[in-house]
Amino acid sequence: MNEETKFILKKLVFYAFIFTVVAWIVIPIIISTLYGFALPKDYYDPKKILPTSFTIKYVKTLLITLGALDGIKNSIIVALITIAISFALGIPAGYAVAKFIFPGKDTIKLSIVALRMFPIPVMAIPLVILYIRLHLIDTLLGVALAHTAMSLPFVVLITSSIFAGVSKELEEAAMVFGLTRLGSFFKITLPLALPGLAAAAMFTFVMSWNEVFVASILTLAHRTLPAQILSIMAGASGGAAPDYYKFAAAFIMILPAITFIFFARKYLVTMWGITLK
Amino acid sequence: MKVKSSYIPYFLILPAFAYLLFFVGYPLVQALYTAFTQNGHFSLATVRKTFTDPYFWDALKYTISLAGVIVPTQVALAIILALGVNRVFKGKDFTIYALTIPLTISDVAAGLIWYSMLSPSGFLNKLLLNIGLINNPIYFFGYQYRHMEFLAIVLAELWRATSIVFVIILAGLQMISHEYLEAAEVFGADYWTRLRKIVIPLLKPSIQSALIIRTLFAMQIFGIVWILAGRDIPILAGEGFYRLTELKEYDVASIYALVIAGLSIILGALYIKFMKAEYLEVRG
Repeated sequence: MNEETKFILKKLVFYAFIFTVVAWIVIPIIISTLYGFALPKDYYDPKKILPTSFTIKYVKTLLITLGALDGIKNSIIVALITIAISFALGIPAGYAVAKFIFPGKDTIKLSIVALRMFPIPVMAIPLVILYIRLHLIDTLLGVALAHTAMSLPFVVLITSSIFAGVSKELEEAAMVFGLTRLGSFFKITLPLALPGLAAAAMFTFVMSWNEVFVASILTLAHRTLPAQILSIMAGASGGAAPDYYKFAAAFIMILPAITFIFFARKYLVTMWGITLK
Repeated sequence: MKVKSSYIPYFLILPAFAYLLFFVGYPLVQALYTAFTQNGHFSLATVRKTFTDPYFWDALKYTISLAGVIVPTQVALAIILALGVNRVFKGKDFTIYALTIPLTISDVAAGLIWYSMLSPSGFLNKLLLNIGLINNPIYFFGYQYRHMEFLAIVLAELWRATSIVFVIILAGLQMISHEYLEAAEVFGADYWTRLRKIVIPLLKPSIQSALIIRTLFAMQIFGIVWILAGRDIPILAGEGFYRLTELKEYDVASIYALVIAGLSIILGALYIKFMKAEYLEVRG
């Protein structure tokens, strides 16, 4: 075997590897989406690997009759409240960690890293008793407050790394020209950090959008989308929904997430790198 | 703009810190109280009730064995993927994009997606039937096929959460200086030697943190199991959920919460011991 064929062979093996990897990730998504719109007769036909006739009936039934539309609305409200509170609390903390030196800083950073690992979702179980007392049970605010606890450590870590990336020279220049520290934060640091913060907001949104344990435990009538899907698909009766509703549900759930990753893909590896390192 | 001021940073951090402390501290205290008292008196009745329930030990066993199978496989897979992708080639951006898609897919959705692959009329069965590799569908679901349900959960979880490990490892790989590798190449080290002597040792921190982070989250595994297997494969979070929502047993559910918290604290202590929060350093 001469050098050239060896080179071509190597390249071929490499692309076969890449193709397998991409197929492994993408095929299940394509298949479940196709099945979500397939007619049951195609799905149950053992000869038909891929469906050929399609309908929006099941997605529509799920959205309207089974109330997934309300679930989507609730999920969006919960996610927006979560972003609002966790940013209001997390941005000052992230800024302090990035721009100040103070005694006890390492301990605080370490506690935030540790708190991120704490199973806060599971802690919704004992939270129920307090929520009943405070009339927060079965409210969207209640879910959002718990989701904030879950996402806040991540928001602090992400924002501190974003603020650390804004050059101090610009802030100092602004302060030389007469802006206060607060003024330079709002006029210089915040605008420069905005794209990163937008990505962090999307990260928080997806985290809340996908969370199912807290939402299922704290609500009954006002369910978010995943909690509602879970109760339809895997209720006490044990997977009562017919298969084609399951695929329609998967489609509804992943659509916003995939859209997000498309827009935020530039920040993605860095952001997850920060939060999960 | 590093200013040594006495109170401003504490003032900025305090609200977030207090919030977190409340949401961790209050439930912990409440769970301890609910689990260890009865009519206002100290009692071990709930603990005894939970520990004599075979479901509890099954849940503990399955939670740990799922983590034991899934996490190491994920890390091995992610290392192979990251090493494969970390070079210049046509379609690199798209490959990384595809590999990161599952990052945003929830456990519930991943469970449903893999149900479409593995159900008796699902893609995999129909594909294998039509190319003649099997004569009868492979059954992945149902109580009598529990070991296959276990496999289905592993497959779905590998698909969903390998991306997270992949991103951590890839970020670690990209931080390795090319100069080390070039120097080794000059001295005649081939690919495998470079991998063994330079890349893997320098990746160790990333690999360690990926291992621990995935293990910690694996203790809370819920949605994917609940969708694919229900209580056929009992897991800690699922049993806590079931006790609370179906049986209204707050006390028993609290013990499940405490067990998961306890496991996480032990694993988290290991994490803090091995890792340092270096990446939070103030730059510039």
